[in-house]
Amino acid sequence: MKTASKIYTVLIFLFLFAPIAILLVFSFNEAKSLSVFSGFSLKWYRELFRDEATLASVRNTLLLAALAMVLSTVIGTAAAVGIEKMRSKWLKSTLSTVTDIPMTNPDIITGISLMLMFVFVGRFFGLANSLSFWTMLLSHVTFCLPYVILQVLPKLRQMDSALPEAAMDLGCTPVEAFFKVTLPEIMPGVITGAIMAFTMSLDDFVISYFTSGAGFQTLPIRIYNMTKKTVTPKMYALATIIFFVILALLLISNLTDDPEKDKHN
Amino acid sequence: MNGERRRTAAVLAPYTVWAAIFIVVPLFFVAYYAFTDNSFHFTFDNITRFFTATSQVTNDAGVTSEVRTYLVIFWRSLKLAVISTALCLLLGYPLAYIMSRAGARAQKIMMILIMIPMWMNFLIRTYAWMTILQDTGILNGFLTSIGLKPLHIIGTESAVIVGMVYDYFPYMVLPIYSILAKLDTKLIDAAHDLGCNSVQVLQKVILPLSVPGILNGITMVLIPSISTFYISQKLGSGRFFLIGDAIEGQYVANNLHFAAAMAFILMIILLAAMALLKYLTSRPRFKTVKGAVK
Repeated sequence: MKTASKIYTVLIFLFLFAPIAILLVFSFNEAKSLSVFSGFSLKWYRELFRDEATLASVRNTLLLAALAMVLSTVIGTAAAVGIEKMRSKWLKSTLSTVTDIPMTNPDIITGISLMLMFVFVGRFFGLANSLSFWTMLLSHVTFCLPYVILQVLPKLRQMDSALPEAAMDLGCTPVEAFFKVTLPEIMPGVITGAIMAFTMSLDDFVISYFTSGAGFQTLPIRIYNMTKKTVTPKMYALATIIFFVILALLLISNLTDDPEKDKHN
Repeated sequence: MNGERRRTAAVLAPYTVWAAIFIVVPLFFVAYYAFTDNSFHFTFDNITRFFTATSQVTNDAGVTSEVRTYLVIFWRSLKLAVISTALCLLLGYPLAYIMSRAGARAQKIMMILIMIPMWMNFLIRTYAWMTILQDTGILNGFLTSIGLKPLHIIGTESAVIVGMVYDYFPYMVLPIYSILAKLDTKLIDAAHDLGCNSVQVLQKVILPLSVPGILNGITMVLIPSISTFYISQKLGSGRFFLIGDAIEGQYVANNLHFAAAMAFILMIILLAAMALLKYLTSRPRFKTVKGAVK
């Protein structure tokens, strides 16, 4: 790299990491201030682990993301297999247009549209408040599905279609052929899709905001409610933990990638 | 073969039903709420309210004037989103280019560095910017300590732009990078061999070939920044209402029909903009590529 590009890259990454560095530093602040550092302390971490509402929201988020991941991966993988086999061009393009909608529409519109439907249907059945854990789960599966489908479809296209046929010639039923031949072949796409669904669900704020009920709070919604009041370094302690979890996950996934990539090259 | 057909239908059925109920039907509910009043009678009032509602504003010079409330909000959203998208492109393209030309190891490290902020909750990142840009914040503390005058940024449009550029920057870099990384370097060598200088290579080979990535990046930044409702509340100190804030405000006030009307109008405008963008860039680009071979 030339010097100019090096300086440019460093400046950009300084910009990207400035706020993150600040929240890492101030999570250890002794005082309540978020802009004046007065001494090292772990007290905000202790406070965080005593904050029942936040801990509950972490559990809620993980539960919701796990369920959304399983449902969207199963339905999405099946859908990709079907789309790949579909012969009607018209149906295929209609389905792919519909699949694009949650990805191109702004989150606020996806959120509002689902909320309006849930409220309307709830009122039809005489419910005063229909938004709950379930409406959130339905919404999360909906916005995760396109990501799963888009990860699995290319793997199906790359696969040699003679493989499942050979399995069936050798006496497998179509279902056996799918689980013994096709599924192992497309597994990398299924796993990437599942991971994407999980992280999208974990990180989502906007759609959750519109479709969540009062009783069920996820972590992003908890953070939103925290930032409406005066924020203490407790939230930064939470952000610091999130940062190290993400860093670890990204490092693990990239390090385990390495040997395989080298083999292919 | 009949069995095969039935199986295809069976694996497709759950998703088709799901997409119909949770993707298509909700959009009809947006239209239904947008064109009805509180007792679900047909009306245009919500739509006309968006275009005609007025309010009094006093500018910095103390002059009061009457403006179209929601049109002003919409133009402001559009303006800030376009500026932020342009800044993301100007700052992000060179970075994507540098990344794509770096060694394999450096590319991997830069990818991780780009993705970390992406996966950090955007509410916390935005809040951290608030503490940096505040009048008594970290930036001004730094400026005064080196003998410069403090800046007043928080609560201005610039602060909102900083927040948007920061939050959506990775969405511009990644699609451009993925195109540039796959670019056939032989094309660049060939252009050099045929007498192009570096600027000409960039202008006539690299830029035209990266158009799909640029377009992807523009959509991925423009759409969230035009519809955001948190950044403006925090970094604009609530003084700059954007269309997302207006929709969210009506939702909180339980004014669902007007919220739906604004969502409906925003959706139509974005659809039209996307169609226009696709049309403008779908013209054949062979001419520019051929031009490099002089």
